[in-house]
Amino acid sequence: MLIKKRTGIEIPSSEITPHYVYLSRRHFMKGAALSGIAALLAACTPSGAQVTEEAAGEGGEGAVAAVTAVPISVSTNTDELGAPLNSFEDVTTYNNYYEFSTSKTAPAKLAENFPTSPWQVEVSGMVNKPKTYGIEDLLKFQQEERIYRLRCVEGWSMVIPWNGFPLSKILNEVEPTSTATHVRFETILDPDNMPGQGSPFFPWPYVEGLEIAEAMNNLTILSTGLYGQTLLPQNGAPIRLVVPWKYGFKSIKSIVKIELVDYLPTSLWMEAAANEYGFYANVNPNVDHPRWSQATERRIGELGRRETLLFNGYAEQVADLYPDPNYDTNLNIRGYQK
Amino acid sequence: MTPLVNTTTKSNLKLNKKTVGQLLRIVTHVGSLIPLVVVIWEYQTRRLGVDPVREILFHTGTTSLVLLVLSLAATPLNIVFGWKQVLPLRKPLGLYAFLYVCLHLLTFLWLDYGFVWAFIVDGILDQRFVLVGMAAFLLLVPLAATSTKWAQRKLGKNWKRLHQLVYVVAVLALIHFFWLVKNVYVEPTIYAVIVGVLLLTRIRPIRQRLSRWRQHRYSRQTVAGKR
Repeated sequence: MLIKKRTGIEIPSSEITPHYVYLSRRHFMKGAALSGIAALLAACTPSGAQVTEEAAGEGGEGAVAAVTAVPISVSTNTDELGAPLNSFEDVTTYNNYYEFSTSKTAPAKLAENFPTSPWQVEVSGMVNKPKTYGIEDLLKFQQEERIYRLRCVEGWSMVIPWNGFPLSKILNEVEPTSTATHVRFETILDPDNMPGQGSPFFPWPYVEGLEIAEAMNNLTILSTGLYGQTLLPQNGAPIRLVVPWKYGFKSIKSIVKIELVDYLPTSLWMEAAANEYGFYANVNPNVDHPRWSQATERRIGELGRRETLLFNGYAEQVADLYPDPNYDTNLNIRGYQK
Repeated sequence: MTPLVNTTTKSNLKLNKKTVGQLLRIVTHVGSLIPLVVVIWEYQTRRLGVDPVREILFHTGTTSLVLLVLSLAATPLNIVFGWKQVLPLRKPLGLYAFLYVCLHLLTFLWLDYGFVWAFIVDGILDQRFVLVGMAAFLLLVPLAATSTKWAQRKLGKNWKRLHQLVYVVAVLALIHFFWLVKNVYVEPTIYAVIVGVLLLTRIRPIRQRLSRWRQHRYSRQTVAGKR
């Protein structure tokens, strides 16, 4: 029998384990857990158990190789709620980026040679000082690390260490006029390099929008990297929005235009399916998508589900945006008919 | 001499038909099990990506739909081409479809929802695509349970009536597919067209016209063959 002695100087395993090993361990565990199922499926073959062990071992090694190939840098292993970060591999191989493909794994390949330099972002509309930024100008803003949960409207989630800067820094520079009420964002229209933009099912280019107050909130960032690395094309390089309390589709990728307007912008998803995707799209476990539940989510890398948190766990930070307690965080409507 | 030769060719023909039937059965069993082997292999070699749960759900769901479509194709193939040998394949195809539906459901309950019943109840009741999927599964249970020769004899005429439920299952499976995709409906539409055609051939006037057309063609062929 094994008795654990309490020494008083217990060191959390996260502190003595190098980060990449820690990450690969998560993969190992994921592999091990799933092997159980595979073993069950393969129960009819006598070598089932043996195969299982091998696979778990392979899974671990494979993950180490995949992760160590890229030097990653991150300050901590978890988000503020204690949930482990998703691995670099998770974040860069599982992407909803319909400009490239509706498959989640295809964008990593299809976006490989997507040209992200030179790149310009035009900030215009109802501003006193319109300005066009080159990507090199945007990298001059002090880049911070932000560890955010990303909750997709489809019901899965990740924890991602982004690098970037608050959107408010740009907005403060260009000075929105007093009549501006919303910010409208646009993705590049580049069908030659984005095969998915040939799809007739969507009104390209991708458009998203925020209220000015939402855009000025400290959580709202423009991201230029993740895990200390320059953003990869499948993650929305060279610059993308991250709004962690809203469903993932609000966090528009590969931005070329930021426009201050005095109307509620119609997003691509609002245009494609108005009854299913609204402007606010705040994460809310109590308001279902018309066709599926939003009460729970599958964290990539885990088996089973987690309960979805109101505003994706950022309720405190966005409380001032939605002061009315009856505020309807519905996907579709801003109203009081909860 | 001549009569002797005739009998041997006849028995050869008979043997060939038997062999064809057996071959088809082997192909059906092997072909139906390959997707299961593939998904286990893909998992073991880490080819399912970072969200294997989703991949396994899609894989088992698609396989069961394909097998269901194949089982529905047997009767029309017989009507149109007179391929009687495919008729016995309906049973294994249907049972394999049921096997994949069971794996699909197990993946949903276990890998996706971790057997947490509070989550599962919400996951079923608040998601209409899951509701119709569940209905399809529940309708398949009595069909799988009565797939034996014994049940067939016991139920008599009612057996056929009961097993016509598979048409309802096919439609529910399609609705399940349509309701879970996001805006791009190409794939479920392809399945819907195929299932639509297969179900149409079962409508009596269409069925009669098709078999008349086949008999007509067949008789012309034999006449041509005799010449």
